[in-house]
Formats: sequence, structure tokens, C-alpha cells
Amino acid sequence: MSFMTKPKVHHPNLPKNKLGLTTRDYEGGMSTLCAGCGHDSITAGLIEAVWALDIEPHKVAKMSGIGCSSKTPAYFLREAHGINAVHGRMPSIATGAQAANPELHFIGVSGDGDSLNIGFGQFAHAIRRDVNMLYIIENNGVYGLTKGQFSASADVGSKAKYGQVNENPPIDPVLTAITLGCGFVARGFSGDKDQLIPLIQAGLKHNGFALIDVISPCVAFNDHEGSTKSYAHTREYFHPAIHTDFIPPREEIKVEYEKGKAMPIELHDGSTIVLRKIDVDHEPTNRAAAIGYLERHREAQEIVTGLLYVNEDHGGGVGDVMPPKSLTGGAAIRDPKKILETFQSTSR
Amino acid sequence: MPQVNDFTLKIATVNGTGSASANGLLMKSIFRMGVPVMGKNYFPSNIQGLPTWYEIRVTDPGHLTRAGQVHFMVAMNAETFAKDQAEIAPGGYLFYDSTWPRTREITRDDITVIGVPLAEMINHHFVEPRTRILMKNVAYVGALAALLDLDLDIIEQLLKETFGEKKAKLVEPNMEAVHIGYDYAKKHYDCPLPLHVKKADMTKGHVIVDGNTTAALGAMLAGANVAAWYPITPSTSVMDAFTSFCAKHRHDDQGQPQYKIIQAEDELAACGMVLGAGWMGARAFTATSGPGISLMNEFISFGYYTEIPAVIFDIQRVGPSTGMPTRTQQSDINECAYAGHGDTRHICLYPADPREAFDFAIRSFDLAEHFQTPVFVVSDLDIGMNEWMVPELKWNESYRPDRGKVLSAGDLDKLEGRFGRYQDPDRDGIPWRTLPGVHPKGAYFTRGSGHSEHGTYTEDAAEYQRVLDRLRRKFDTARKFVPAPYIDYARSKPVKAGIISLGSCDLAVKEARHNLKGKGTEFDYCRIRAFPFTDDIRQFIDEHETVFVIEQNRDAQLKAMLQAELDADARKLVPILHYNGLPIASMHIEAAIEDHFREAEAS
Ligand SMILES: Cc1ncc(C[n+]2csc(CCOP(=O)(O)OP(=O)(O)O)c2C)c(N)n1
Ligand code: SF4
Repeated sequence: MSFMTKPKVHHPNLPKNKLGLTTRDYEGGMSTLCAGCGHDSITAGLIEAVWALDIEPHKVAKMSGIGCSSKTPAYFLREAHGINAVHGRMPSIATGAQAANPELHFIGVSGDGDSLNIGFGQFAHAIRRDVNMLYIIENNGVYGLTKGQFSASADVGSKAKYGQVNENPPIDPVLTAITLGCGFVARGFSGDKDQLIPLIQAGLKHNGFALIDVISPCVAFNDHEGSTKSYAHTREYFHPAIHTDFIPPREEIKVEYEKGKAMPIELHDGSTIVLRKIDVDHEPTNRAAAIGYLERHREAQEIVTGLLYVNEDHGGGVGDVMPPKSLTGGAAIRDPKKILETFQSTSR
Repeated sequence: MPQVNDFTLKIATVNGTGSASANGLLMKSIFRMGVPVMGKNYFPSNIQGLPTWYEIRVTDPGHLTRAGQVHFMVAMNAETFAKDQAEIAPGGYLFYDSTWPRTREITRDDITVIGVPLAEMINHHFVEPRTRILMKNVAYVGALAALLDLDLDIIEQLLKETFGEKKAKLVEPNMEAVHIGYDYAKKHYDCPLPLHVKKADMTKGHVIVDGNTTAALGAMLAGANVAAWYPITPSTSVMDAFTSFCAKHRHDDQGQPQYKIIQAEDELAACGMVLGAGWMGARAFTATSGPGISLMNEFISFGYYTEIPAVIFDIQRVGPSTGMPTRTQQSDINECAYAGHGDTRHICLYPADPREAFDFAIRSFDLAEHFQTPVFVVSDLDIGMNEWMVPELKWNESYRPDRGKVLSAGDLDKLEGRFGRYQDPDRDGIPWRTLPGVHPKGAYFTRGSGHSEHGTYTEDAAEYQRVLDRLRRKFDTARKFVPAPYIDYARSKPVKAGIISLGSCDLAVKEARHNLKGKGTEFDYCRIRAFPFTDDIRQFIDEHETVFVIEQNRDAQLKAMLQAELDADARKLVPILHYNGLPIASMHIEAAIEDHFREAEAS
């Protein structure tokens, strides 16, 4: 029996959100991932972020492909419907589900192998269609579930557990997403919850496809010396470009920010993300500048984090004709007999 | 030599010259004269330049299928002139554009040659180059109208309807072209020919439609509201028609579209989108052909195991691989029935004509939601893209979409204990489902990996097997819900031999039965309309000494399935196979059956 429900014993003093729920109400089944796996920290971040946004758990649709990372939707939001698609093809499921019912919140969790190898096409097209969802890549540079092969995000020269050296250049999901026109592109690190949670919140509130690439070390196959996705390596080369604060609608903006160094960006529902630039060089609202900035730091082998590019004028929906409401009730057909007759009158 | 109201006309043209509308005009004018008519388009997989043929069978006995003989050839393509000439039945007619006299190329002396200088007259009358090309075709319609005694008023009326009010000014030049051909033929030939059309009253209550359009209409009227697809011949027109039907009829009071059509990046994505939408509770479908089905396989398997409703229209074309994209076959029968890895089997519906494509389109959504599974409508290019004369489509006023077993928010409120997605409380193999966003108690995880009756991940042998066995049970239940076979016994019962067939073979089989009966042998007939196969099919096989299984593929796919699924006595089953890309004709069937008996007698 591999499904484990967590005992639902609430700490009496756990804080409650506006719905009267505690973070425990946003949990899922017990994780079966390796102890110390970065993916579990991301799960914890997701739970806290959704709780803090006062979203009813069952108003979320959570989806994933196949891989260790793709198992994680089982570990949060037990009251939300979840779907594990096939390897690399969660974006198409998300696209169809969203076309049917745009009223829910969509959270997709994928792996670097899932998104950048087998599913690269669907990943790119979901961005192109601007499917309104939060899309998290739990990026460990390897295939965890199939035990340690390189994925397309492995850096040149990085070493696998048994010593093979990767010779192919990596695909950077962040740069790819920006060039594809994604309106919200961020990178985080599973070991830095303080940075990750506001990013997740802002991503959920962004109207359109929001990508967060989270460096998430695989302790079983890619946390050794020579790996560029290990805890040690990520901590060493971690370069926060932007600090992000998330402020829900109608809440006073308390964060102090210096003019020129920080910018509040209002999201479609009135909430705000405040981007405080740690690196003054970075222009997160200018696409070309963001690409140039990322390129420069990539050459310096730094892992730039934060909300790297944002464009709130972006669409938000599947293509240009988003149905205004849920199509899940089946379509009402008005006067089918007449429609049929009109058609046949031209067929005689 | 057949004559009045019983002959075949074939028009050879060059693809891309606009002949399709001229040929459609010819066919429909005969239909409006009250005479049953069939039209088949044999076109190349190319936009412009290659040879294309259109065959019109005028048939008052009502045999709306390929005749296999040509009595009147309109040879408009210089490249195929010799071949076209050779195809004409003795005593038939050859019609050609005598702007370029072909005295030396005309080698037959058992046919009548009719030359009309179409290009010369049209070039004289019209200036614009494209107009000249198009009007040349309209001019042969005019000449044929004189030769075959077609009604000019009907032709004019049809032109008016085609162009509508917006392009009304095009009617006049078209009628001029018609008259150019008409007047020349009248002046130079004895019109009408002995072979001609005579007004009758046999087409009332019928329409001329193609199966892709009717399938799309059925889908829309059944309430399909999400569609995802990737273009592929010959299925594209399903989505084109669905798009235009929805654009006309699918808006709310504020004029907002109440549908979503997504052109996916490939068929696998299209299938994923359909499953995503079906999972969410929409009525969703895709349309594709063989190569698309093979790409969808991984998701079809997923949809089967996770039990998500989806409808897949497979408009079969010629395989393997890219095959001949504009030719017809029935070679995806196995592919659809067993698509996916692991033990999968799918409900398939096999329409025989555009009318049934309409009915089965509607039915497929009800079956998909009732059984929570992908359902295939296995049509083909002949049904999908050719215009067929069929009895009028009917709408059943009492139709209510069958949304299947879905627990509402109210049901879930009352639910005691935990919701079990894959349980079988009704003992029919069909579980209850819940839709995302409806109620916290409805939540479960949909996964293509091993799952228990509660939907939780499992590798437990017994738990896994229980779900798999229930899926089998569900498929068995479907046997009672799918369209029953059409079975027609010969009058002089009992006869020793029967015919089993499916889909677009139907009319050819019917004509063959009619002709063979004329020659003294009667056959019972069973047309399979769905998979899973029903018991009456086995019974039909049991009742006969010999059963001819007629299908349009090389490997006797249907026959193999009958053996495997019904444990039918393979020695009784005699395959009759036709798979060259052209629709099957009755003569193929008659010849094969006669050969069989001749050989049996000899041995
Ligand atoms: C079509 C298909 N091919 C291969 C597999 C095997 N497979 C399962 S997970 C996986 C890789 C997962 O890697 P990644 O997406 O990086 O996730 P991680 O496990 O590292 O979190 C592969 C190749 C599969 N499930 N389906
Ligand atoms: S194998 Fe790696 S990615 Fe998978 S659970 Fe273990 S640590 Fe995480």
C-alpha cells in the first residue's frame, strides 16, 4: 500500500487564512520521494503560497507529467482534482482542461526531463498559447525516476553519478520561455523558501502562463561534486537579481522600497508584486534587456534567480477566443431541429 | 448499353482547374430532376496540376455506388486522354474539347466521339485568364445539359444558390458559359443522346451531403463544445464544418462563443487537449486519420485506463504510413479497436454513409460519457469527402445528452465516507465520476499508473487486477448499448451463405446481393455497426455454411477480429478484400463470390 494519508491532527494555534483554513488543510498525501529531495521543499512552498492566497483547495486543478517531480501534486491540496498525464504531455491536458473551464486555478508541476526533453514541444506551445496556469519545473538536471540519466538541462561538463560527463549544451527553460513570449518568467531554488513563496503567489495571480524554473537538487542521483544542480553548487553560484514581495489586493503596501531600485507591478486582480532589484543592472520588464542580462550571467556561470521577466499586459488564456465561462455543463443547443432543417435546405 | 437514367458519366480534369464545382453542379442538377445519383471524386494528393476524376452514376435502380463501368467520358485532361478513352464501355461516348482536334489519338471505333471546341469559344467570350479556365468547365456542363437533356432552369437556380446574394453578379457570366456549350451541342449534335436523363420523382425526402459535414453537425447538435485537432486529409473538413456550424449557432445571449476549437501542434497534443477537456466535464472530440491515431496511442491508452470520455473521428485513408492520403480504405479497423499499450479495447462505431455518420456522431458522445472512455467513429474518405444521396437526416426531439454517471455537488454533500472513483456500485462496470471544482469531497487523483478502486496509486496485485477486470466488464456492458448490426435475411430462407461487412462497403454489397439474386443465388447480410461485437453476429455466422467477410483492406482485419472476439469458426469465413484506394464496387464482390463457388465446385 503506497498511498499514505497524513494524520490530520491540527495544532490548535496554527494560523488560519480568510477561509478559516490552516496550511494543514492544503496538504496532500505523504511524500514518497527520497528524504532531502528538493521537490518536497517546493511542495511545502506551494502549500504555503496557496493557503496565503485564500484559494479554496477544490478550486484548483493540479496536473503533472511523469517523473519524481510529477508525483508531487499528490502531496498537496488533497481536496483538489489532480491528473498525472503521460510523460511530457501535461501541457496539452492543461490546455484542454482550461479551455473547458477557465474558472479554476491551474497548477502544473513538471520535471526538466518532462518539459525539456520529451515534452519540449508541448511546453513551448503552452507558452505560445498563454495557457493561464502556474507551471513549475522542478529542475534537477537529471532524470530522477529512471535513476540518473542526464536531462536536457544538464550543463556541459557536469558529471553524472557514475562519472559520465555531459557534452551537450543545456536548454535553459527561462531563456526559452522569455524568447517564446511568456509573460511571467522566474527562477527559484528549492532551498530558498523566502524567495520561492512570493514567486509562486505572484505566478498564481499572473493572468497567463507563469513559469517558475526551480533548481531542485536530486539527492539520490545529482547532489555530488561535479553536478551543477547540487545543493552546494546552487548555493555557491546563486545570484538573486530581484527580490520579490507579494501583496494581496487591498492590503497596504508596507514594503519599503527605494525609488529606482524597486517597482510595484499590479496584477489583474489588484494584487501587487514588488520587485526589489538586488542587481541594479537588471531590467525585468524589458524583454531584450532581460535576455541580455541572463546571457551575461550565464557566461559567468551564475544561477540568476528572482522574477526575471514580467509583462502584465499579456493575454491570459488559450488563444484569442477564450470562452467566458465554463463549458463543462455540455452546450445548450437551441432549436436543433431548425438548425438541421436549415442545413438540409441547402443540400437538396 | 444502358440508356435513360441508368449510366455512368466520368469527367477527367486537371486538379486545381475548378472542375469540382462544375461536377457538383452536374450531379445536383440530376438529383433535382428527381433521379438518384452518386458522385465520387478521385483526386490526387496535390493542390494543382495532377489528373483528377469525378464519377457520376445516374441510377434509377438506386445503386448509389461505383458501377465499375463508364458510359460517357468527358476527357478534359490531355495527359490521361488515352487511358480515359480506353475505359469507355463499348457503345459509349467520348466527349472532348475539340479546340485541339485529336483525330490521330482517337483509336476506338466502337464509341461515339463528341467534340466541342470549349476553350476556343470560351477564350473568345471571356478575357481574364482564370475566368477562362473556370468557364471552360461550366461550358462542358452546358454541353452536357444539351446532350443529356438536363434542365437549364435547375442549373441556373443552383448557380444562384451557390453564389448567394453576395456574389449574385457571378450568375450571369456562368449562365453565358452554360449557353455557349449548350448552344454548340444543340447545333452540331442530335440532342438529347439516347443515353440521357429523364425527369422522375425518386429523390424526394433525400439530401446530398458528405459525411464529414454531417459528422460535424451531429457533433455540434450533440453538444460537443471543445474540439482539438491537427490538420490531416481526409479529416480536416470535419473540423472546418464544425467551426462554421459553431460560429453560426453556438453563442450565448451576449454573443460570446460557447465553444472552443484548438488547432494543436500535433495529434498527440490534440488528444491530450480532448482528454483534458473531457476530464473537466466538457464534451470534447478530435478528428484525424490513421497516422494521427498512431500518434495519439499513448494518450488513448491513458484515456482508457483513467476512464475519461473522448470522441475520436477516424476518417480512414490509405496506409501504411503516409500511404495515399486522398484515397480510401478501411485499414484502421484494428488500429482503432485496440489502440494503446496494455490490454485496451475501445468502443468503435462504423457508419456506412453520411446519414449514419450524423447519427453515430451524436451517439458517440453519449457512449463516451456513459462509459467514460474514448470512443471511435471509424469513417473513411469515401463517406467523409464524397457527396452522397441519402434519406434526410432526422432529429429526435426527445434527445437529451447522456452525461453518464456524474456526482453533482448535492450528491457529494450527502455522500457518506470517502468517494471511490473506480468502484462499481451498480455492477455494470461503470464507475461514478466527479468533476474538478465542484465539491471538496469529489477530489481524486487521475493517474495512468496502477490505481486502486479509490484512485490511489497501487502496485498491489489484487487491487490492480480488480480495476482491470472491471474495465473488461464495462466493455461487456457496452455490448448492449452500441448500435446493433443491420441484419437482412434473404427471402428464400434458409440460404447457405451470408455476407458480413461494415462501413462504406454497404451499398456495393447491397447491389451485389441484388445482382446475384438476379442470377439465382441469394445471400443473407449482416452489416456490423459497432465494436464490441454483439451476439447476433456470432449467431449469424453459426447459421451459415459460408460467410463472406467483405472489407477494404489487405489483411482481412475485420475477419481477424471476428475470429478473435467471437471465437468464430475461421473455416467458414471467406475474406473478400479490396484495397487499391478506390471505393469498392459491386462487381468486385460479385466476381469474388462467383470465383469462390467456381473453385469450390472444381475442387
Ligand atoms: C513515453 C515514456 N517514455 C519514458 C518513460 C520513463 N520515464 C519516466 S520518468 C522519466 C524521466 C523523468 O525525469 P524528470 O522529468 O527530469 O523528472 P524527475 O524524476 O527528475 O523529477 C522517464 C524517462 C515514460 N514514463 N514514458
Ligand atoms: S530520485 Fe532524485 S528527484 Fe527522485 S525523489 Fe529521489 S531525490 Fe528526488
